[in-house]
Amino acid sequence: MGSYEISTPLTKEKVENLKAGDTVYISGTIYTARDAAHLRLVESMNNGESLPFDLKDSIIYYVGPAPAKPGKVIGSAGPTTSYRMDDLTVPLLESGLTGMIGKGKRNTIVIESMKKNKGVYFAATGGAGALIASSIKESEIIAYEDLGAEAVRKLKVYRFPAIVVIDCEGNNLYETEREKYRK
Amino acid sequence: MRILDVEKIQSSVKELCVRANYYLSEDVMNAFNESIGREESPIGREVISQLIENAKIAKEEQMPICQDTGMVVVFVELGQKVSLAGGPISEAINQGVRDAYKEAYLRKSVVADPLIRENTKDNTPAIIYYDIVPGDKVKITIAPKGFGSENMSKIKMLKPSDGIDGVIDFVVDTVSQAGPNPCPPIVVGVGIGGTMDKSAVLAKKALTRSIGSKNEKDHLRELEKTLLEKINNLGIGPQGLGGNTTALSVHVEAFATHIAGLPVAVNINCHAARHEEVIL
Ligand code: SF4
Repeated sequence: MGSYEISTPLTKEKVENLKAGDTVYISGTIYTARDAAHLRLVESMNNGESLPFDLKDSIIYYVGPAPAKPGKVIGSAGPTTSYRMDDLTVPLLESGLTGMIGKGKRNTIVIESMKKNKGVYFAATGGAGALIASSIKESEIIAYEDLGAEAVRKLKVYRFPAIVVIDCEGNNLYETEREKYRK
Repeated sequence: MRILDVEKIQSSVKELCVRANYYLSEDVMNAFNESIGREESPIGREVISQLIENAKIAKEEQMPICQDTGMVVVFVELGQKVSLAGGPISEAINQGVRDAYKEAYLRKSVVADPLIRENTKDNTPAIIYYDIVPGDKVKITIAPKGFGSENMSKIKMLKPSDGIDGVIDFVVDTVSQAGPNPCPPIVVGVGIGGTMDKSAVLAKKALTRSIGSKNEKDHLRELEKTLLEKINNLGIGPQGLGGNTTALSVHVEAFATHIAGLPVAVNINCHAARHEEVIL
């Protein structure tokens, strides 16, 4: 289990080097999308419309931040539970998405697609919204403003802390670590 | 008769909502500090120290500890010698929530209709439970509830013959299936007995008890201890990344029930176990 600095874009070569259990600090541009934004992204893809950002080698962060106080970049911004996006994730991976940041389990359909398309799933610490916000340096709403906290944001992050939970070979830290401590 | 202006209730609700969201309560902080010494997993210890650091940042910066600032649950114990003046109490409570979520930059996470799903943009309505009690005081407990953990909660109508073992299996199984999703370390509220709805309210109310508090009844206190041990032996650990700190506390509440039934509700709360109260 290593500790790595990674920068965006997250190319497939970079993905292949990451292993479940690695600690990473992500710097660069990432995009936010959660439940309602996923529905719209996939709907747009199905209608052949263009997307608000290029999916190729991109990272999506599942988050609905709290509003920013005046003079602040963003409010508290920890991850939301990922399984709710499972049914809408495969088309994004098929179109070039390489990284997802959230918390909690993914289903086998998503994991299979990660293996096939070379994707990686990171967990950020759920409930550490204030800590994570301090790694977000810029935030701009680029689509679906009407969705409020669920709008798509382009974030500039510096040393965003996360752990590789499921790597592109399907190794799953949630399963392997839990076994070690079961009594 | 004591006369109390609902304006007082409104301002208290506002203050409690802000406090609950900005400050990790002392009982949770104490539980973190205790568990970090006991946690076997290095990743688990790292997660807990991040959560401690997170609480410090939130306090300093005056921002919510977690972005999911929840749907607000309010328990009101209204002394029957109190006469409320100044308008409907439910409106006053909702106005207090509205003011808090707007002025303190808390996230608005409520949709008006569960199927149409349009955001109400002010985090109302709150879920309000009223209890009429003896006396001339009003006690208000608020618990903003995040849904990462709420979604992992369950209810089951057991058979009386399932007994205590059935209850244990159901609770432990519910936590096991929830795994990493509710942001462990969690607090587990268990409601046993009553009707289906009553057990759910008991479980919710159990979550407003302070971490580490124990049920007064011997057999329920024993059950809390057994459940905590079994849950922490599941290996889930902080954030589900392995370890022996899966739950910080298990709170059981029970009520009389029917000869044919044994309802059990499990309400899971995350470590952002927000609960604040005031007596007016
Ligand atoms: S489950 Fe709790 S700690 Fe986790 S994101 Fe939701 S409210 Fe925050």
